[in-house]
Amino acid sequence: MLLIPCPFCGEREESEFHQGGEAHIERPKNPDKLSDAEWADYLFLRDNKKGLYLERWVHRHGCRRWFNVARDTATNEIKTVYKMGAKPPRGLTKGRAK
Amino acid sequence: MSQVNRLPDGGRIDRDQSLAFTFNGRRLTGYAGDTVASALLANGVRIVGRSFKYHRPRGIVGAGPEEPNALLQLETGGRALPNQQATRVELYDGLSADSVNCWPGPDFDLMSGIGLFHRLTPAGFYYKTFMWPASFWKYYEHVIRRAAGLGRAPTAPDPDHYDKMNAHCDVLVVGGGPAGLAAAAAAAASGARVILADDQPELGGRLLSERAEIDGGPAMDWAAAAEAAIAGTEDAIVLKRTTAFGYYDHNFVGLIEQRGAILPDGGDRSRQRIWRVRAKQVVLATGAIERPLIFADNDRPGVMLAGAVRSYVNRYGVAPGKRVAVFTNNDDAYRTALDLADAGVAVAVAAVVDVRHDPSGDLVTQAMARGIEIVDGAAVTGVQGSRGVRGIEVMGLNEAGDGVTGAARDIECDVICSSGGWNPAIHLHSHAGGKATFDAERGIFLPGETLQAATSAGAAAGTFDLAGCVDGGAEAGKAAAAQAGYKKSPRRKNPKIATEDEAPLRLIWTVPTTAPTGRRGKHFLDQAHDVTAADVQLAAREGYRSIEHAKRYTTLGMAPDQGKTGNIPGMAVLGQALGVDNVGDVGTTTFRPPFTPVTLGALAGRDVGPLMDPVRMTPIHHWHELAGCTWEDVGQWKRPWYYPKDGEDMHTAVSRECKAVRDAVGILDASTLGKIDIQGPDAAEFLNRVYTNAWTKLGNGRCRYGLMLGEDGMIMDDGVTTRLADDHFVMTTTTGNAASVLEWLEEWLQTEWPELKVFCTSVTEQWANATICGPRARDLLAECTDIALDAESFPFMSMQDATVAGIPARIFRISFTGELSYEINVPASCGLSLWTALINAGDKYGITPYGTETMHVLRAEKGYIIVGQETDGTTTPQDLGMDWIVSAKKDFIGRRSFAREDNQRDDRKQLVGLLTDDPSTVLPEGAQITETRLERPPPGSTVPMIGHVTSSYHSPNLGRSFALALVKRGRERIGENVYLPLDGGVARAEVTGPVFVDPEGSRIDG
Ligand SMILES: [Zn+2]
Repeated sequence: MLLIPCPFCGEREESEFHQGGEAHIERPKNPDKLSDAEWADYLFLRDNKKGLYLERWVHRHGCRRWFNVARDTATNEIKTVYKMGAKPPRGLTKGRAK
Repeated sequence: MSQVNRLPDGGRIDRDQSLAFTFNGRRLTGYAGDTVASALLANGVRIVGRSFKYHRPRGIVGAGPEEPNALLQLETGGRALPNQQATRVELYDGLSADSVNCWPGPDFDLMSGIGLFHRLTPAGFYYKTFMWPASFWKYYEHVIRRAAGLGRAPTAPDPDHYDKMNAHCDVLVVGGGPAGLAAAAAAAASGARVILADDQPELGGRLLSERAEIDGGPAMDWAAAAEAAIAGTEDAIVLKRTTAFGYYDHNFVGLIEQRGAILPDGGDRSRQRIWRVRAKQVVLATGAIERPLIFADNDRPGVMLAGAVRSYVNRYGVAPGKRVAVFTNNDDAYRTALDLADAGVAVAVAAVVDVRHDPSGDLVTQAMARGIEIVDGAAVTGVQGSRGVRGIEVMGLNEAGDGVTGAARDIECDVICSSGGWNPAIHLHSHAGGKATFDAERGIFLPGETLQAATSAGAAAGTFDLAGCVDGGAEAGKAAAAQAGYKKSPRRKNPKIATEDEAPLRLIWTVPTTAPTGRRGKHFLDQAHDVTAADVQLAAREGYRSIEHAKRYTTLGMAPDQGKTGNIPGMAVLGQALGVDNVGDVGTTTFRPPFTPVTLGALAGRDVGPLMDPVRMTPIHHWHELAGCTWEDVGQWKRPWYYPKDGEDMHTAVSRECKAVRDAVGILDASTLGKIDIQGPDAAEFLNRVYTNAWTKLGNGRCRYGLMLGEDGMIMDDGVTTRLADDHFVMTTTTGNAASVLEWLEEWLQTEWPELKVFCTSVTEQWANATICGPRARDLLAECTDIALDAESFPFMSMQDATVAGIPARIFRISFTGELSYEINVPASCGLSLWTALINAGDKYGITPYGTETMHVLRAEKGYIIVGQETDGTTTPQDLGMDWIVSAKKDFIGRRSFAREDNQRDDRKQLVGLLTDDPSTVLPEGAQITETRLERPPPGSTVPMIGHVTSSYHSPNLGRSFALALVKRGRERIGENVYLPLDGGVARAEVTGPVFVDPEGSRIDG
């Protein structure tokens, strides 16, 4: 049971939140320009990393705000949280395998 | 026979409080302070059950959570609890217990013949024998389950209640032994808020079972003083009878406390309570678990752990036998010999058999001084007595420890105290990702690096001497408090504790006999699952390299006791069989919660019965109840299903309601529909992106049906949205999806399109909705409002503000039945007034309340879909023939996916209607559809399924049954026949279009 520091409310139990998958995946501006493979990449493919992972969470049973979490998937340590739209803090790279 | 093994005095039991209980129907007595195990031993009960596979007679081995054999079925009816370890159940007056693992009883077991054919049941027995042919498993399983006797589930609802507590603290100390007490006392003295949890009714841990001294007095006096100091600290919580069962991420620890009901002073308190503790720091003072020596026939009743025997003698005043032998590889077990020798005339020490040559520690010297015979450099090579130990065979042990020498000698005894050393209880440490490091010299795993803010102290950290435990515990408690922010700690005075000098143990993982392992007697590693050293060696020969695989193959450590005694020896036996130099390299299996079993009742807590899930009721609920409706659960909502009149059955009632709506007027409580208020200058643009159709040009006061897709192009939800003003819409969603649609909208607004100025608010519960529907709906509404209702003034798919029955209302001309229909929304508090006014005014039009079943029939007659019924997450708008609602001029969520290859397949399932040959056949929803009819398909052949029935009803308006279905290339098949293999035979149906009533839509204006 994680203890998640909501940037708006403070530390709360994991059960108040909902995980929303990998962060920093932007919806393509012009989907029609994408090949099927590129669209499928946006639609289905997500990193499944052991180690630092940037992911989205929503404080569903609290302020209902979305935010980003930098979490180590091997230890579950939460390195930091930052707001939607913000860049990952320095030193924490997205590290998505291409 | 009454308590033949009870010592004349001593122990921490209350001899003034006699408690009566039954075991397998036998009436016995014990004392307050006993466990069921100590009471059974006091009464001379040796056989407590039969083993899982061979049905060998088994006795009590341990005195705590390590017990593999004494599994009991406690109580009957609603309080029945299977698989309870007798060593962990406190005795209470009237307790009733039975053995779980034997039939008809432990003393005479019909299945024990299996033991004679043990060659039939080697390692992997289940895989090898019963998994092939796979289709036979269902027959084998019954036999095995019966033979295994895994206990019986309760037969009635649990009469007790359970609860949960959330708690936060600076320092949680798990374990109230010497290390835990010292840790909690030190942390509390520093000012930290402390929770101390211990599984026993009294704090003291191992001190309860030892004759130890601290500061020149009984160690328990020191424990009592420590407890008083902790309990006297502000905010400290001391939890007895409380087991930490799981250690989870971010220092979250689950505790289960035994509280009430069946406990002596339980009263009507909750029976058990789960504590959900979030601690800044955790000190794990969980002690150690003794491991047995693995020798031939080490499972005979009377073979016990040396430390457990000490518990029975010192804590419970019970000598488990008259003439006791000790078999050890270490000095600690000599304490058992000494305590027995001091226990009085009732018990004698036969001998100490020590695998070491010339043992020399202080305790050994004391034993020699007491005249106890020590057989050194020796091995127990056999046990006499199959239903209980009568003696042992002892031989010399060679230098390598893998063979025996010299002549065999028999020693008469009725109990064997076995000790192979102590394993730190690192289970909790390991639950939360802590690593284990192997100490090759002592053959133990120590807690290594942890991911949590935690430290281990005392025996749990591999410190086995009392002075070291107290000191280490105090240091850990002080450090934990400092880490939690309490840096000032008072000066601590170390208590005076004498420490005996102990010589190192000698690691012997399998005690040899004159024959190869398994050929002369069985060396049991896991008594609960009947796994022997020979089984593990066989697994190694068959190619199992990993302890995780060997464990699953042999079922080592997978019984209710989770291998607390046998896992480490088992790992070592595998390591030796594989020839690895350091048996620690084999590694230990992963420890997972729970440490000891947790009842489902405790996990459920108060969330049972009516409190399991909230019930949502519309403002009109009470009226429906008085009208005698039946209810349908839709998510958490209660919705009227149908309203039976004077003994009508469902079919008759629904038929009547359906006719009434098409012929006159019906009224439906649609308050549960999801309603989302959407406001902001970009609201229309936002709807353009989330719906498939166009929204920017929708006029004020106009309504439009919308389909919402996932980005994969599949239908997610539908509903009608109305524009109230340029920057203001109200969206309706399906009842079940209201919350998820709101979340979906918020997600896009916050994460992808933060530039859009739009706010979404759920208003589902702010509005009540009474929908009147049918050709007389206009006449009825005219009596309650003064706005113009003709089709020109108030056209289909529009909304008007009005006053209805004196109540301010929004009236929507929307229809889910194809009939003239008005959805009248009023503030929730006025819902019931509106409803009753409409019912009264509608009397002369034959107004008929109808429920969800009629609603479903009527919408299906019109071919209107229900999301989640006609769709299943793989359904596109094109599949449903709804291309008309998909805009080609703009982008929206999911649009790009239409072009994906799979969505372009020409054999996709499409929505069609089905009419069965027999008009009375109502097809089951979900029924599979085939293209051809095969009465009796040849064996091994398959008949391809081409679709399934999504909705199916009897229609009183059609005078026959009808169905909707998703069928491959369905639209091409219109006019053709398909087949539906059903229970009673194969039905044939004609494929039709999905609209059965009024395909021209001529009824919509009344
Ligand atoms: Zn929040």
